[in-house]
Amino acid sequence: MISPVAQATDPWRSHPARIVRIAEEIGGVRSYDLVLDNTAVRAAYRFVPGQFNMLYLPGIGEAAISISSSMATPDLLTHTVRSVGNVTAALARAKVGDPVLIRGPFGNPWPVDRLADRDVVIVAGGLGLASQRSLIDALARHATACRSTAVIHGAKRPADLLFQSEYAAWKAAGIDMHPIVDVGEGGWSGPVGLVTKLLDTLPLDPQSTTLLCCGPDRMMTAVAEKAFARGVPADEVYLSLERNMSCAVAHCGLCQFGPLFVCRDGPVFSFDRIAQFLAVPQC
Amino acid sequence: MVVSPSPISERNIGDWLRLPPAGLQLLIETLAENHRVVGPQVADGAVVYRDLRGIAELPVGWLDEQDGGRYRLHQDPTAGFFDHVVGPHSLKNFLFPARETVASFVRTDGEWVQQTHAPEDRPLAVIGVRACDMAALRIQDKVFLGSGHVDPGYQARRQRLFTVAVNCRRAAATCFCHSMACGPAVEPGFDLALTERDGWFACQIGSPAGHALIQRLATADAGIVSCTVEEVDAAKQVSIDLEASMHARQPEAGAPRPRSLDTHGIRDLLYAQMEHPRWEEVATRCLSCTNCTLVCPTCFCSSVTEVADLSGDHVERERHWASCFTLDHARMHGGSVRSSTASRYRQWVTHKLAGWIDQFDSSGCTGCGRCITWCPVGIDLTEEVAALRHSDPP
Amino acid sequence: MAAHLRLGVFKFASCDGCQLQLLDAQGKLLEIARHLDIAHFPEARSAVGEGPYDIGLVEGSITTPADAERIQEIRRQCRYLVTIGACATSGGIQALRNWGQIDSFVSAVYATPAFISTLATSTPIADHVPVDFELRGCPIDVRQLVELITSFVLGRKPRVPSTSVCVECKARGTVCVAVAQGIPCLGPVTQAGCGAICPAHGRECFGCFGPSEPANLVSLTGQYERQGTPPEQLIRLTRSFNAQSPAFRAESDRLEGASHE
Repeated sequence: MISPVAQATDPWRSHPARIVRIAEEIGGVRSYDLVLDNTAVRAAYRFVPGQFNMLYLPGIGEAAISISSSMATPDLLTHTVRSVGNVTAALARAKVGDPVLIRGPFGNPWPVDRLADRDVVIVAGGLGLASQRSLIDALARHATACRSTAVIHGAKRPADLLFQSEYAAWKAAGIDMHPIVDVGEGGWSGPVGLVTKLLDTLPLDPQSTTLLCCGPDRMMTAVAEKAFARGVPADEVYLSLERNMSCAVAHCGLCQFGPLFVCRDGPVFSFDRIAQFLAVPQC
Repeated sequence: MVVSPSPISERNIGDWLRLPPAGLQLLIETLAENHRVVGPQVADGAVVYRDLRGIAELPVGWLDEQDGGRYRLHQDPTAGFFDHVVGPHSLKNFLFPARETVASFVRTDGEWVQQTHAPEDRPLAVIGVRACDMAALRIQDKVFLGSGHVDPGYQARRQRLFTVAVNCRRAAATCFCHSMACGPAVEPGFDLALTERDGWFACQIGSPAGHALIQRLATADAGIVSCTVEEVDAAKQVSIDLEASMHARQPEAGAPRPRSLDTHGIRDLLYAQMEHPRWEEVATRCLSCTNCTLVCPTCFCSSVTEVADLSGDHVERERHWASCFTLDHARMHGGSVRSSTASRYRQWVTHKLAGWIDQFDSSGCTGCGRCITWCPVGIDLTEEVAALRHSDPP
Repeated sequence: MAAHLRLGVFKFASCDGCQLQLLDAQGKLLEIARHLDIAHFPEARSAVGEGPYDIGLVEGSITTPADAERIQEIRRQCRYLVTIGACATSGGIQALRNWGQIDSFVSAVYATPAFISTLATSTPIADHVPVDFELRGCPIDVRQLVELITSFVLGRKPRVPSTSVCVECKARGTVCVAVAQGIPCLGPVTQAGCGAICPAHGRECFGCFGPSEPANLVSLTGQYERQGTPPEQLIRLTRSFNAQSPAFRAESDRLEGASHE
């Protein structure tokens, strides 16, 4: 026999939602605005930037997608994706009004409650900015009481820079925007190179800086090393990892990274928590 | 001092009874009234769990010889009902089945409706669960019930599970429960626990459900009486003696090497050896066939498949066992995070023996030895860990 | 619903057994026929629908110059080309000719060898044209075929695992024949999909789904050799329905080379 366990809700329960808007972002990348059907579920739904939803299309599959909309309006959930897998390819064929099922939100978010009086440096590689858009929105709304915010966003070409139409609003809210591209084509007058290049010259006080990074593993490791070289301590550098998330509740084991379940303990980790395993190839 | 047998209706949880084989038969029949009863039986060259109707189906007189990549049964007239040890099956096969529908959906007029699950089958009763597998049950409870989210299917089966545990009288060479503090004595958590004696069983009551069952048997003429103090002490001594003998085992020429595992500082040891050349060496032997993970009574990885009809209107989400030895396990866009066999073997061993401690505050290994026996090429994690321990970090 | 996808089924050097699996889908066949236009399937219907086709299922290997040309046209006609079965995906049992001399086979078998126009080798379809997906097996598994068709209709990738047969043995609770009975079994290095039929009936897997990914044959055959299996038996085991698949071919050649030393 077993000691009684509180009956939690079924982790496999999905909530019906509807696509209310589809926005073309950069080439091959679209944002889908979803609204939960059930008013009670919708009213109860809250998320923190950095968390993700499992978007489910029955018969097609399920995918972990970070929430890229404002936490101030949790009744409208935006997911920004590139068409690469079963779910995102099916979404690319979807139209406004089509149903999508949602489980979520899941995961450990960006440390928004630890940013008061901090100088926040956000570093995003490519589509990594999608996971940080809701964070930038919160910073722009002065929801975190941070001291300053700088965003370094790297992309391959100028046309690959995500959310450019929002730069003006973010700048107006006092956020320093630092886009950089690998290939400076089409009249690009900004910097050319890797995000780490900008990190070399960005004025920062290491004692008051918190760095939040999202991108490919190798890029994040390079960014973290650069931050340490500038004197930022390891527990003030946060990374958002991507792994094979399936159940989202630390049961299926597919997203394990060292002893961590990325779906539950992450996707956002402070660097010092994962440094040991990031250093190991194929960990 | 001889204490005269007293009526068992006065007995409580923790008490010991004398159960003759006829009493075990009656116990099985009584359980079967409202349980699916499974127990060990000889089939296809091994002792496996199958639906059990009575004691005649138990593997009386069979012994198993186990070694890396090798399992053989032979008959021995001195062997009792339960002198075999663990076979390829464990409680996992029943509580966390290889395939299970976790959700189903029907689309009507373009709208998806999630279906409510059909009630579970009859509750399960398992006869002959060993100490290592009771320990595995406690570990899987932490995974599926104790990590913040509850798995409803596991919970439903687990809450109604009835266990008749058995204290082992012998150990296979592959057994190392004594190293993992998981046996050979069964820890509390069982409903009833049997220790086989000469022609009878010492049966300890472990739970209210076990007590209720014994109360029912007491009303029948099953020959069930209380154990004397001497009988209880002798029954307890079986596990004590076996544990002592497991600690004292030494390799003998021509016999399988008796296994043990030095767990001292094992978490830090493995984390420090993540780039040791031994992982590459074992990869030359490892088949990535997944057998070790699938016979492991605690391995819990799974993935979910969409099973749809061609209209796409009826969809079942089928969860099935997954394994960290497959390329699909850590698959992302652009391939597997762990594309080399060395990294996958390392993942399994470091998760089982180190990461598990961080995750669940206990080792993921119970020392059952199944991963050694059922590896087709006999890879032995006790040997691999010893090799990592007795060499310097790279 | 979207317009019906058009299906074509094409045969090369083969026994027709894989095509028959489609007819053997029984309850599912009618469902498939409701969702697909089975335009070209000479094994099953006399009416022949012209191309192009959305899905082409290709059975059999390339063994004649004429077939080597015909597959080019079929590739042009098919949006997705799927090979079905061991012959199409690895050359089949007839690829054993690749270890012999074709002229001696032809002269030994046929009264008038001059009438025979054949290639020296049996090769998989993928050696001749790009292949979008492959279903393994001798024959293919009907559930995998239904999964393939369902995935095309629903618009997702087919889920056909590359894991070993052991996964299926363990899922169905089958006792390992290699470990418990000492039978040399190819299951640990063979791709799943059959449902582990052979071990469930107490005999070895003979690799009809071809090598799994990865497939460490050297380790497995080494274990069987140490347990007393003669190399000739292991060569026969690895050189059968998927003899020409690279992993099995390399191992049977290695064993042969070693036994000649």
